[in-house]
Amino acid sequence: MSDRRRHGPRGGAPGEKRWFAWLFLAPALVMVLAILVYPLIYSIVRSLFSDTPTGAVKSFVGLHNYHAVFADNRSLQAVKNNVYWIVVVPTLITILGLVFAVLTERIRWSAVFKTVLFMPMAISALASGITFSLIYADQPTRGLGNAIAIGVHDTFSASHPYPSVQPRDTTVFVGSAKTGYTTRQKYSAGTPVLLPLVGLNLTKPPSSTAQAVAPTSGTGVVGVVWNDFRLGGGGQLGAVDTGERGLGGIPVQAIQDGKVVATTTASSNGQFSFSSLTSGSYGLRLPPSAFGQPFNGFSWLGPSLITPAIMSVYLWIYAGFAMVLIAAGMAAIPRDALEAARVDGATEWQVFRRITAPLLTPVLLVVFVTLAINVLKVFDVVYVLQQVAGGSAGVADVLAVTLFRDFGNQQYGLASAIGVLLVVLVVPAMILNIRRFRRDQT
Amino acid sequence: MKRRISFTAMVAMTALGVAACGGSSAGNSATGGTPTAGSSSSSMGHFNGASFTILGQWTGAEQQAFQSVLDSFDKATGASGQYSAAAGGDEASVLGAKVNGGNPPDVAFVSLPGALEQYAKAGKLIALNSAAQQAVSSNYSNEWVTLGSYNGKVYGVPFDASNKSTVWYNTKLFSNAGISTPPADWTSFIKDAQTLHDSGVRTPISVGGGDGWTLTDWFENVYLRTAGTDMYDKLTKHQIKWTDPSVTKALTTLKQVWGDRNLVGSPSSALKVPFTGSVDNTFKANATSGIVYEASFVATTITGDKLPAKVGETAKFFPFPAINGSQPTLEAAGDFAVAFSNKPVVQAFLQYVASPEAAKALVSSAGSGFISANKNLQTSAYPDATLGQLAQQLVSVGDNFRFDMSDQEPSAFGGTPNKGEWADLQSFLGNGNVSAAQSKLERDAAAAG
Repeated sequence: MSDRRRHGPRGGAPGEKRWFAWLFLAPALVMVLAILVYPLIYSIVRSLFSDTPTGAVKSFVGLHNYHAVFADNRSLQAVKNNVYWIVVVPTLITILGLVFAVLTERIRWSAVFKTVLFMPMAISALASGITFSLIYADQPTRGLGNAIAIGVHDTFSASHPYPSVQPRDTTVFVGSAKTGYTTRQKYSAGTPVLLPLVGLNLTKPPSSTAQAVAPTSGTGVVGVVWNDFRLGGGGQLGAVDTGERGLGGIPVQAIQDGKVVATTTASSNGQFSFSSLTSGSYGLRLPPSAFGQPFNGFSWLGPSLITPAIMSVYLWIYAGFAMVLIAAGMAAIPRDALEAARVDGATEWQVFRRITAPLLTPVLLVVFVTLAINVLKVFDVVYVLQQVAGGSAGVADVLAVTLFRDFGNQQYGLASAIGVLLVVLVVPAMILNIRRFRRDQT
Repeated sequence: MKRRISFTAMVAMTALGVAACGGSSAGNSATGGTPTAGSSSSSMGHFNGASFTILGQWTGAEQQAFQSVLDSFDKATGASGQYSAAAGGDEASVLGAKVNGGNPPDVAFVSLPGALEQYAKAGKLIALNSAAQQAVSSNYSNEWVTLGSYNGKVYGVPFDASNKSTVWYNTKLFSNAGISTPPADWTSFIKDAQTLHDSGVRTPISVGGGDGWTLTDWFENVYLRTAGTDMYDKLTKHQIKWTDPSVTKALTTLKQVWGDRNLVGSPSSALKVPFTGSVDNTFKANATSGIVYEASFVATTITGDKLPAKVGETAKFFPFPAINGSQPTLEAAGDFAVAFSNKPVVQAFLQYVASPEAAKALVSSAGSGFISANKNLQTSAYPDATLGQLAQQLVSVGDNFRFDMSDQEPSAFGGTPNKGEWADLQSFLGNGNVSAAQSKLERDAAAAG
């Protein structure tokens, strides 16, 4: 007793009372063994066995599960995506973080700016994913992304009056909405021309339409372009019936020898006339400007944009995190070195390149490696956004998502193999980080 | 359809359950006193104090409907059954973990005949005793008995079912387009959809391609009609390859609809519409679609999502159209009760589950949307006429129906988002390439074993 008292509250010399240290370590140790070491070993073992469809161990298959990860196109896609992530995301975030850190040093209210940038870190990745699933929604009424894209686009180009209208079949017209519709026949003055189309929204017809009227006579080539369908159906095909509406505002072109010789516009009852064309016969054409599909914005979560779109969310979350760490590193750089350089006439760029950057390298590396580890395990953001991506969701698969899915399918062997693979991939980054910590301590 | 589908589907289910709860209180009190007295209760025996556990996937209104079945059994026999819903709605995984961990429930309701087969094969299941077996075969058609059997023994009692050969339509848009009678065959189905399009409906048929399982149901209905039940069984068991000409024919037929922009809109938009979205498109105010194909549970989705259409009035259904004069047939799905323990009360319970009384207690609870394939259940037991019709069709085809193919395949192939059959049919919807789809399907089916 007296002995211990003499040594003071720090306890015995090194080597003494080890059991006491172990006592305090025990709870943590038990936890680590139970939820880290044991599962890791079990996963390695389990990854060597196949499964029955209900998830029981079937037979020893050696490395077959590992082979399956690379043999299957879809999990190979996940491996590739993990590679894209690791190549693109940590670098971009580190650069962005550095830029923000350098810039926030030179502005007023930098604390506010930093707080705002750091805020996404405080939101759970799940919530961020859901927020962005709204931003990326297709309908401009819901999705901010497309609201902006469509707003900008429509400012610079006109919309089309009848995007849904088209010929019923190819008896009268040939062509498509992109090229416009040209009549098969040629027409001359005297007999009124009937140009039937279908597809007008009958429950909410636009104000440019009214009851169609077939012209009976007129000078030159005359006719009617109308929607040959009335609410409730019925009526004769190819004839103007009560309840069918003229497509006012549609431009009509007269064609001779492949050239447009005259242009006119249909009135709201569908009638049009070329009073100057009294002789000769002409083909008629409805140009694409009347039919083109409206610009619907971008398919953010479609097959080509989904992975970059999800990466952007991740960027949004982690850029602030990188900035804060790098800013802290910058604060530790001795001011006098910077000032001395400036006094000596160095430009800001030179100061940054020759002094700030080299002194920051250790911090940048820590940020980069930490992000690399996180990115390798990326799951939540991808998983949440995949839920709203529909059929192209699979394009964005990453290993952690396929692991989760195979686990859900009770393919525990395969899921374990993916898990072990992820651990193996994380290990180099971990070693790098641990060595760095050790070096910093000594 | 499998309930373990996806996050969105689960959210939809929850929303549906919550919404349905509100309207179902009236139905519940009525089912408290379901007729279980008389001959059936005396034959059930007495199990005072005997308790047993039941695992299922139902929550909300569905759970209440099942609870009423359980209550009437408990009341008649003195037993006490404890129902619990699988966490997260993922029953297959929860049950798998419990069984593999040596702690199975006494009774489980499984929606996958393949799982039933696996557990039976592994010797985990207790076969029905003769009384329970008798009850099943007198109340259900042979095909249902076969689905619940393995190696000549009956293990599963069919319980709730869904009719997966129903095409739902918006009557208002049909009358706008002047279509007075719903189409009976594939050709007029396509023609009517085209007429809808001409009448200004942008996407006459809303295909919920965002969820792969809706596409498997489409395919299965077409395959059942173009290839017949025998081929359907073979393809289900992967005894013929997916590169078989019969699959080519079914996909080509399907492409007549899926490949026509006038009928289903652009493939890339269809691939983003989830199942609930496809129902919304068809039955919302200012509907953009007139037709949506999916199972009987579309009715519950319409009420659950609080859409303006009224089931049976402005939202009706017609049977999936016949193709080239195919015989009336139907795709079905459902849950089977299986026993993991040999407690006597469990056999009595399974026997009760097979009875028309249990079926009546199940379906008469409003809001659950349950129907039963029990052939001795009167259609008048259903709380509304539409459910009655759905069930009547299910019963009237006798043995000439088939169980959902993807629910019988290994789930890595037939039951996983962004994988296997779901993903392959999604890319087929996207690009319309029949032979590429077939080779992908064959490769994935082979990989899943």
